Amino acid sequence: MAACYQIRDVGFRYAQPWVLDGCSLDVNEGEILGIIGANGSGKTSLLKLMAGLLRPQQGQISLHGSDVSALSPLEVARLVALVPQESQVLFPFTVGELVLMGRFVHQTGWGWESEEDLRMARQAMRIMEVDHLATRTFQALSGGERHRTVIARALAQHTPILLLDEPTAFLDLKHQIDIYAILKELNRDRRVTVVVVSHDLNLASQHCHRLVLLHEGKPYRSGSPKEVLTAAHLRRVYGCDVLIDAHPMTGTPRITLPQTEARPHLIQQ
Amino acid sequence: MDVLMQADAQAGMPLLPALTARRRVRVLAVLIVAALVGVVLCLQYGTERIPLSEVVHILLAPDVVTEGVSGVSPAVILWEVRLPRLLLAFLVGASLAAVGVALQALLRNPLADPYILGISSGAALGAALALQLGLGWAIGGFSAVQLCAFLFAAATIGAIYRIAVADGRIPVQTLLLAGVIINAILSALILFITSLSDSTSAFRLFFWLMGSLATLGYAGLGALALCVIVGVGMLGGQARNLNLLSLGEDSAQGLGLDVERVKRVIFLTTALLTGTVVAVSGLIGFVGMIVPHAVRMVLGPDHRLLLPASALVGGLFLAVADTVARSLLSPTELPVGVITALCGGPFFIYLLMSHRNESVG
Repeated sequence: MAACYQIRDVGFRYAQPWVLDGCSLDVNEGEILGIIGANGSGKTSLLKLMAGLLRPQQGQISLHGSDVSALSPLEVARLVALVPQESQVLFPFTVGELVLMGRFVHQTGWGWESEEDLRMARQAMRIMEVDHLATRTFQALSGGERHRTVIARALAQHTPILLLDEPTAFLDLKHQIDIYAILKELNRDRRVTVVVVSHDLNLASQHCHRLVLLHEGKPYRSGSPKEVLTAAHLRRVYGCDVLIDAHPMTGTPRITLPQTEARPHLIQQ
Repeated sequence: MDVLMQADAQAGMPLLPALTARRRVRVLAVLIVAALVGVVLCLQYGTERIPLSEVVHILLAPDVVTEGVSGVSPAVILWEVRLPRLLLAFLVGASLAAVGVALQALLRNPLADPYILGISSGAALGAALALQLGLGWAIGGFSAVQLCAFLFAAATIGAIYRIAVADGRIPVQTLLLAGVIINAILSALILFITSLSDSTSAFRLFFWLMGSLATLGYAGLGALALCVIVGVGMLGGQARNLNLLSLGEDSAQGLGLDVERVKRVIFLTTALLTGTVVAVSGLIGFVGMIVPHAVRMVLGPDHRLLLPASALVGGLFLAVADTVARSLLSPTELPVGVITALCGGPFFIYLLMSHRNESVG
């Protein structure tokens, strides 16, 4: 399988401590890759580096053989769409207007929307079930509706690679299932490569072809969910014990947090 | 485009409530007509009232000279005094409003305005310095006063941006504080310069700082119009980029926008416009904030419509405000900055209070 991303010895830091340090990783074309790890393990930074929003201080990230830092934002955005964890929209843009902004990379010059732009935006909104909200302003939406709008905008961008940062964080159960169903469908039918950062190990385990467990700035383990999600690895990375059994339908690892007792002496005053 | 919009409407809920090119043309046409009518109506007022019928008559037949009440021909008053003054007000108002729109998108803050952020003060300091030092040279048709105003405006925008930006975001408190502090420092420097001048030029500087539209000849107006058309046109060319930029730098870049390049273009253009406008009109506050806000409430936030519409409304607003300033205590003339501040200040407080409970910025 060809690698669309080749990440080599990447080091990145905001201030002093390195967030990523000697991080090497391939993303294969056509896979659904899950990036997991503890808080502050550099998952979001890695995604932003891949989208070209941040530049590594060390190492290199190649996208189809070109250094991401050397590509223009337009060139990157034609290949890669990013769904950030949180989006704020200050001015009263409507859902329709926002989703159409995903078409920026396909427009030229003064660019008013073409028929193709409208069609793609409408399709993306139907997929994410926000088409009935087209004329509502972003501020008037619930957290889940906002998130689905942003994902619809990324779909309208129509890129071969999709990066998502916690795509299920604000969503209710049905929409969590729907998101992964959509990602799998895009992956199967349009051969879209999907990279998901997730705290939800069970969803990641169930839906990703491959997982990368980040620890101390680099992949600690990568491989199939079965290879990565072992009690020993999770204890090492998250510092706690978990129960692992098999998902009754898919057979993938299922993680259950153990019962914990109150710790009487930690909070004394 | 029409067929497209019909298809859009038939396919379900229209995606583009505010976006159709046709609607844009219609709205802008209405605003252009309104601006023309407004300017003609304003031409009636001044120290001496000239009836509308006569105004129209003079405008249509520029060569006919009639005798006015005070002995000065109304045609002369109209052509030599009022029209250039109104055109000046229109150009200044249009520039300030367009700059306000661009800054609000750039700084992701609906309260941004060249006056509140101290950019106008920066331009004023540059202009005051040039005036005080008696710099008489010019480069490429731009006077030393204009160039100094431009350079100081650019430096002020840069400084405010550097002070206020944190993690790629610009929180409203930091931004306003940065503006207040910069304004205080610049005002102190302007006062310092004023105190060094003799009383006549100090008074002139003071009056100019209050914001007043002195008469500029038609030649000067032509040069100004060129600057304004180029500047506002450049901002208009960035309209689609401003839409993306107002989502935040990360989102904009993720969608394919070359954020750094667009920011540079907007910094330079807003500095050029602010510097030019302050050089000819002094400090006129709040136009850049009220007008974009009001227009956004009516027409929506799409900059492809918002920016040109705000420029037209801003021009008309300042033309009317200046007419009020000239006529209210006639023959005494108020600085137009007094009128705009008295309209804009309360509006600003209202905005601040209505945004108090939201995380703006």
